[in-house]
Amino acid sequence: MNVLNEWAFVGLFALMAPVFPALPIVIAWLFRPRKPNVLKSSTYECGVETIGDTWVQFRVQYYIYGLIFLIFDVEMVFLFPWAVAYNELNLFGFVAGFLFIFLLTDALFYAWKKNALDWK
Amino acid sequence: MTMDELCTGLCKLMVESGADAGLAQFMSLLVGVLLVSGVPLLTVIILIWVERKVAARIQDRIGPNRVGPIGLMQTFADLLKLLGKEDITPTSADRALYNAAPLVSFASVVLIWVVVPFTPFHFGVDLEIGALYFVAVASLGTLAIMTAGWASNNKYALLGAFRVVALLVSYEVPLVFALLVPVMLAGSMSMLDIVNAQSGMWFVVLSPLAFAIFYISSQAETGRAPFDLIEAESELVAGFNIEYSGMKFGMFFAAEFLHVFTNGILMALLFFGGWMGPLYYESPLIAFAWLGLKGTIIYLTTLWLRNTVPRLRIDQIMAFNWKFLVPLSIANLILLSAALKIMQELGIAPRDMLSASFVDVLPTTIVMLLINLVMVAYLLGILRKRGQEARRESGANQGALAQAASGAGD
Repeated sequence: MNVLNEWAFVGLFALMAPVFPALPIVIAWLFRPRKPNVLKSSTYECGVETIGDTWVQFRVQYYIYGLIFLIFDVEMVFLFPWAVAYNELNLFGFVAGFLFIFLLTDALFYAWKKNALDWK
Repeated sequence: MTMDELCTGLCKLMVESGADAGLAQFMSLLVGVLLVSGVPLLTVIILIWVERKVAARIQDRIGPNRVGPIGLMQTFADLLKLLGKEDITPTSADRALYNAAPLVSFASVVLIWVVVPFTPFHFGVDLEIGALYFVAVASLGTLAIMTAGWASNNKYALLGAFRVVALLVSYEVPLVFALLVPVMLAGSMSMLDIVNAQSGMWFVVLSPLAFAIFYISSQAETGRAPFDLIEAESELVAGFNIEYSGMKFGMFFAAEFLHVFTNGILMALLFFGGWMGPLYYESPLIAFAWLGLKGTIIYLTTLWLRNTVPRLRIDQIMAFNWKFLVPLSIANLILLSAALKIMQELGIAPRDMLSASFVDVLPTTIVMLLINLVMVAYLLGILRKRGQEARRESGANQGALAQAASGAGD
């Protein structure tokens, strides 16, 4: 298979993948009983009515973890080419990769010392 | 006959019998897709039974044993039961997202199988960026769980979804750092190349630490104990899937069971030489059996872990990830890459693992294994010190409490 065909395969697979779980759900939709009432389709909360809006603001700690993750995730994508080319790398390329990882680690320790990693 | 030959042969056959060329190509691709996706879809039926049986045995129960021989038909009975269940959508839920979440959750797991080679010649496609593709697709599952929690418009579900963002997203960092080690050793992101590069020595021997980090992170990625606070039955009732019922609920569980097995197969491919084993070149069936055997053994250990360890608190989980696993995985990558480069420059390590034999890789293996063992010894020292400190602290606390209690008694 050539490159275009490879990605056509992935594309077709991505289109088909949601169909597999959708199939039993649709079949169940055909057979299932339908007896809705107000109480049944209300929000579940141990028998009492929910108070206030559910979609509230969330803790800032989740946001901080999200930010730290984003830094690492983006930088890791850059490390993949470095790892692939590792065997052909000369000293310069190798040290450049090291400096890159060092900067990453530096950021992690900065966040650590700033107590951004503590669950508050 | 390889998958590639099958598809092109099928395409040729259809064109010869007078079909449109574009349509023939599409149909042959479709057959390929159905063949590849058939493997995970068929395994998931058995996995549900295995999961229940193993969990039952570990907890000293019998497990499913009524439907069919040793309960093998239990999954079909469950399926029939789920078909008859009423499917409730809460009135306040976001309908479109609520219905899409279980589909995305299951699809993200099935999509990983695109890059899973079953034998040296039977695979969906051998993408040049296979490892990166796996990381990208697996994180779609996180999105599905977040969507489910948000769209349910339920406070329990939303709390569960928040935890997912913190947990799954955090454990992706050590997972990818551990994944970089086999990619670096093989010098390729293609799954086929990574497996073939292990013909000299399995990567788990070269870096047991990378495997351990990958194993722990993938246990967290699937939301299994000890990292199962996404579901946390005792506090969040069921977490993100609390409002789901009927077949949609079932799809979340099928996706989770399949994800665990998929991770087992991936670990077999990345670290345990995939289909490498005695006589694997004789027949694709033997190769496939080796891969299945290795994947199943790893999968069973994750089930064992899941059913024996207690749940951790979220602060413990996050601290374990960011203050232990992430620095460890970075240190592992740095030390191994430095050692390998020095050995390559000295000429005792092969520059190309693909064509390296066992003897070629032997010096590399010994050095890298030693580095890993030294790291493990050092880590155990740190953990021991920390444990002693924690015990002393809790001992002091208990002493103070006892003193206070006896003081109150007077």
